[in-house]
Amino acid sequence: MKKLPQLNRPGYFGEYGGRYVPETLMPPLLEVENALTDILPSAEYQSRLSELLAEYCGRPTPITFCDRLSNELGIELYLKREDLLHTGAHKINNALGQALLAQMMGKTHVIAETGAGQHGVATATAAAKFGLKCTIFMGAKDVERQAPNVQRMKLLGAQVVAVQSGSCTLKDAINEALRYWISHQADTMYVFGTAAGPHPFPTLVRELQKVIGTEARQQMISRTGGLPDAVVACVGGGSNAIGMLYPFVQDEPVKLYGVEAGGTGEPGCANSASINLGTPGVLHGARMNLLQDSHGQIQESSSISAGLDYPGVGPEHVYLHEIGRVRYVVAYDHEALAAFRRLSEAEGIIPALESSHALAWVFAHAKDFAAGSKVLVNLSGRGDKDLAHALRFIKLD
Amino acid sequence: MKETILAANKSGRCAVIPFITAGFPSRDTFWETLTQVDAAGADIIEIGIPFSDPVADGPVIEDISRQVLAQGMTLDWVIDGLRARKGTFRAQLVLMGYMNPFVQYGLERLSADCSAVGVSGFIVPDLPLEETPEFREAIAPYGLTLITLVGPNTTTERMKQYAPFSKEYVYVVSVLGTTGGVNKHVETVADTIRRARSVFDVPLALGFGLCVPEQLDALPPDARPDAAVIGTALLRHIGNGGSPASFLAPWVRSN
Repeated sequence: MKKLPQLNRPGYFGEYGGRYVPETLMPPLLEVENALTDILPSAEYQSRLSELLAEYCGRPTPITFCDRLSNELGIELYLKREDLLHTGAHKINNALGQALLAQMMGKTHVIAETGAGQHGVATATAAAKFGLKCTIFMGAKDVERQAPNVQRMKLLGAQVVAVQSGSCTLKDAINEALRYWISHQADTMYVFGTAAGPHPFPTLVRELQKVIGTEARQQMISRTGGLPDAVVACVGGGSNAIGMLYPFVQDEPVKLYGVEAGGTGEPGCANSASINLGTPGVLHGARMNLLQDSHGQIQESSSISAGLDYPGVGPEHVYLHEIGRVRYVVAYDHEALAAFRRLSEAEGIIPALESSHALAWVFAHAKDFAAGSKVLVNLSGRGDKDLAHALRFIKLD
Repeated sequence: MKETILAANKSGRCAVIPFITAGFPSRDTFWETLTQVDAAGADIIEIGIPFSDPVADGPVIEDISRQVLAQGMTLDWVIDGLRARKGTFRAQLVLMGYMNPFVQYGLERLSADCSAVGVSGFIVPDLPLEETPEFREAIAPYGLTLITLVGPNTTTERMKQYAPFSKEYVYVVSVLGTTGGVNKHVETVADTIRRARSVFDVPLALGFGLCVPEQLDALPPDARPDAAVIGTALLRHIGNGGSPASFLAPWVRSN
């Protein structure tokens, strides 16, 4: 594509981001933007959110030193334990924060898209907690593949809409949620699940997820007497990664890595690595890197990890890539599966297949770090949800 | 295009702007169908450039977009076809499509090619005012138009922000919804048209959910559009084997 000029408009990270939506979506997006600047920083919002994160979700999450793996790898490996949060992943940080925002905006209904079902479960949970009506849009294929999460959402009181349009997956669920929002904007807030989408969502989601990195940074200083040498997180849409990495961006000596999902790994395979293998374009309201053909049609992504399976990536990540602050790398399905097993066996922690990508890259590249380097990995979620899927590929004795 | 709409109005009818997705009903029959739409008396024709993820469209146009994409429909094919048929259409032509296929084609190349093949302007449903500068800059040297879209929830204040950039005609979306959706609340349509009328000095085209001209008669006389965009209902008619002429006949009849 032709190089687009550097844009310094609000909602842009370099030349990425923006708000490419129908005019009829502008009023609700401006309403959320106002809430981001007026309600989010307010003492009332911040105190209610902190209390909920502590007493309802279990924040702060600890960091865990992996002694056995550290010995094997020759580095000091630390995990930020977002897997210990209520609902089992970092997604609740954002869902709860946006649902609280919705409540304080006077909205009575929240909607969300979900792929694997994690963000759907988190949103349904937050909606139940606040007594908000909840509708979750999920691709029909995902409804079939992720039946247990569909049941969890329903148990939590949410209505689950199986989206039959397009490729019947996450990207189509986002399209359908945006369409629904156009016609229900008066009483409804769209709780967007990742650090992508139209402005202000990439910023809003980062603000709600940066608690991960802010905590971890302080915890590393307290525990080890200094900053880590490297921080690593997996990247799909990029919410756990932006939350983990953003608070370290100004710490120049700290190396930052985002690990994308490379799929099965043979040349030309379907993947979810939009920064490494995609090109710039416009989807779901933002300029970002996309998996697309030369005519601008969006291609289907693929990953063993449903939570990374998205054909785009948050605009701030593309920016951090372009300025060279974060290095974006790739881990493949089989490497993630091996890491899934290795962390379980060596440390007694079953990681989500998403987080397993971050671990897999560290396992493969530990030798590239100076001996004893402190490497902090965001363990964004727990792997119980992935067990049935992973066991189709892993043979247990 | 403004003159075209005003001329239709002068002859006592609302101008007619049919929409047809490129490559519909099939790759082989599209150009013939477009010719029939033109011959049936269209004043302006919107050619839809299909996109895999059309958030502003309802199920009918989304399904059709997928069908034509599966047949390999591309923007290049449309431009090539228009080049080969330049000067054969009576109606003026507008391309309606989402930003990404246009961006990948290259906005400057798009402007140069469209200007060369006889396209007059663009409708980009995912390009609100704040994101229009690059697009407007690209088309300006070629005298092409980016049509403004406003909806029932566009405030008068925001319409005024659009006004300096609004040329030829303004597309008034009748409903808070997607293409094909019908606004059953006539008063909100009337309110939107009245407010748009007070702000814009170009004709107003009403679209989304229009099927028969009687729908316009339901609007108060001071809140009727100058042009009507007909998309979903026309495509459904053609998809069911109907002819563009039979569908458009009641629309092009002077009333």
